[in-house]
Amino acid sequence: MFDLPTIWAGLLALAIFIYVILDGFDLGIGIVFPFLSSDKDRDTAMNSVAPVWDGNETWLVLGGGGLMAAFPLAYAIVMPALYAPFIIMILALVFRGVAFEYRWRDKAHEKIWDRSFFFGSLIATFCQGIVLGAFVQGIEVNGRAYGGGWWDWLTPFTVTCGIALTAGYALLGTTWLVLKTEGDLRDQAYRLARITALATLVFVGVVSLWTPFLSPEIAERWFTFPNLLFVMPVPTLTAILAAILGWSLLTKRDQVPFPTTIGLFALCFAGLGIGIAPYIVPRAITIQEAAAPDASLSFMLVGAAILLPLIIAYTAYSYWVFRGKVDPEAGYH
Amino acid sequence: MFESFDALILARAQFAFTVMFHIIFPAFSIGLASYLMVLEGMWLKTNNAVYLNLFKYWRKIFAVAFGMGVVSGIVMSYQFGTNWSVFSDKAGPVIGPLMAYEVLTAFFLEAGFLGVMLFGMGRVSKALHFTATVMVAFGTLLSATWILSVNSWMQTPAGYGINDVGQFVPEDWMAIIFNPSFPYRLVHMVLAAYLTTAFVVGAVGAWHLLRDRTNAEARKMFSMAMWMAAIVAPIQVVAGDFHGINTLEHQPVKVMAMEGHYESHPDGAPLYLFGIPNEEEQRLDYAVGIPKASSLILKHDLNAPLAGLDTVPDELQPPVGIVFWSFRIMVGLGTLMVLVGAVSLFLRWRGRLYDAPLFHRAAVAMGPAGFVAVLAGWVTTEVGRQPYTIYGLLTTSDSLAPVAPPAVAASFLAFVVVYFALFGFGTLYILKMMNKPPGSLEPLDEGPTRTAGTTGLASLRPDALPAE
Repeated sequence: MFDLPTIWAGLLALAIFIYVILDGFDLGIGIVFPFLSSDKDRDTAMNSVAPVWDGNETWLVLGGGGLMAAFPLAYAIVMPALYAPFIIMILALVFRGVAFEYRWRDKAHEKIWDRSFFFGSLIATFCQGIVLGAFVQGIEVNGRAYGGGWWDWLTPFTVTCGIALTAGYALLGTTWLVLKTEGDLRDQAYRLARITALATLVFVGVVSLWTPFLSPEIAERWFTFPNLLFVMPVPTLTAILAAILGWSLLTKRDQVPFPTTIGLFALCFAGLGIGIAPYIVPRAITIQEAAAPDASLSFMLVGAAILLPLIIAYTAYSYWVFRGKVDPEAGYH
Repeated sequence: MFESFDALILARAQFAFTVMFHIIFPAFSIGLASYLMVLEGMWLKTNNAVYLNLFKYWRKIFAVAFGMGVVSGIVMSYQFGTNWSVFSDKAGPVIGPLMAYEVLTAFFLEAGFLGVMLFGMGRVSKALHFTATVMVAFGTLLSATWILSVNSWMQTPAGYGINDVGQFVPEDWMAIIFNPSFPYRLVHMVLAAYLTTAFVVGAVGAWHLLRDRTNAEARKMFSMAMWMAAIVAPIQVVAGDFHGINTLEHQPVKVMAMEGHYESHPDGAPLYLFGIPNEEEQRLDYAVGIPKASSLILKHDLNAPLAGLDTVPDELQPPVGIVFWSFRIMVGLGTLMVLVGAVSLFLRWRGRLYDAPLFHRAAVAMGPAGFVAVLAGWVTTEVGRQPYTIYGLLTTSDSLAPVAPPAVAASFLAFVVVYFALFGFGTLYILKMMNKPPGSLEPLDEGPTRTAGTTGLASLRPDALPAE
């Protein structure tokens, strides 16, 4: 049961989940950036993530590198299949990444870099949603290579996933701002969080109902007995967390919305896992088929077992150093 | 419009373009991270504010360069899959874990402590802050170690087997990591990164000495940089020689191309200083050379025989012209670096290091020399190992993903436009920061040392560029 490929599939899923949460909130801040009312608010919002965004994006590199290392066949199929969304996502990440430094360095062109930050964050997020959707709907495989067309990734379902993820990241970003800021900016964040929470829940609902209709195999997992009993906690807990989120946003409990949103993401992630396992390229290649030899997986596992806890520890420490409400005047710039 | 292009050429062009842009930033940030560590360490040891001012000055520049390195690096980690998927499938079990170790040991270390290094002064103790700086520097070196191990394995593969679906699989990790060319390549590249940074720091110091030779920070950084040039440049020559001899042993065809040796020399090969490689006729036109000197350098024997490209089938030869010239650019710049170091020692001995405008101008001109030399060196080694991605085992054309030419052409075009625009701005900002005299705006520039709650002058953002 817990052989090396399964362990690595779990570790990669964990890395991707950590990425989604961490870069999710700083991408989300980019998505709501133009909706903040003043330059000073934008400065504060950006400062709240400036010390941590590099680290957040490193999880994406781990996701890509880890997939190549542990499941080279899956990497070799998925990347060409999703060529356009991946390239566009990477370019968009370049646009938003440089904005962190550039907008302080060049006040004359601050507006350009604000737009670069906004569009970069928005497009990168949307492309990640497309990637997710294309992955769930299935990838055509021919031998050891991608066998589909160049536009297979663009369907109503993938676009809906793109919108859902955009709403979700915006929710993570705004609830992060609720946690990290004070005064008027916090009030703006609450207003934006209520809108994005509603949008997130609606689109997550649409995607969840749509997914089982993509393939009878997924439908069977969700709608047959006794699977039904096993998977029921996912929608039930989602409904409970949604209620907590709504309550905390309306009664302004600063500490509650962000962790609750993380919980919602975790449940969506679990729901996806139920639809995808045991495949790594859905309904074409299983985890076992794509796995690198045990000699590769065990060599990496030694490192991961020692290093991942360390990484999580010093990442947590870095967040601890910058804990609490962010000072609107601070920043090394 | 792109149908006439070959997907292979386009994918190679895109990889070459993105990796050449990328390597500029790590080449600088590896050296700069170590320099920042030395500056902060010296400040803690001597309590001399000049070191702290220099630390803050270069830290801002580091932040911009590092940011550009991160985002251009993400491109690399996905491009293996999008454009070179067959290579990824075949080599993934061997090089994938090494790259995963790079991410786990190095990237997280750098990124995790970068925030504390950039923003944490005043929030954490001096000792902890210094620890963060040390971790960032250590991370950049670890990163170089792993990725050079990967690259070296592709040049001199070892410790692998091949399974029934044609994948390279690991058999001996120690042999894979410490493959034959790895130690030489690692030393050569880390020294190159240090030299690159030294010449940038030296150029900035010289630039400000030309304006005001009493500026204490400018004097200090110029002096430190010239020590590096004087000590490291000669060491690099020796390291480069060792690397060359290692290449001769494992990739002799690359050395033939570097040397322009189309014909074999049974009793002593000449060192060609100049010549125009003529691939059609397989000869070096207008050759100017020193008889037997190549055998002396490569074999340490005037009369040692050296085989030439006449022993290699045409289709297994790398593009000789590129390799021949890029190698000469690298060696030429290296020689100039040694010269700058030697002159600096002479001027220092005569007590005129800060009082030599002509030399300062030369140091400014040499500012970009390290970048050019690093790029030329990488072009030499990467073009020189063609037509293979995994030397002798997997050809470049067999590594390509099943991508359509229009898709690669479009992405290549997008990378060119975006990189030139965005990294052009970044370079401009770095140059503007370098143009600001070091130390001049300190007290005001106390951004990082303020604790939460204190408001102050820093909200004026003294180092922000004035609106134009």
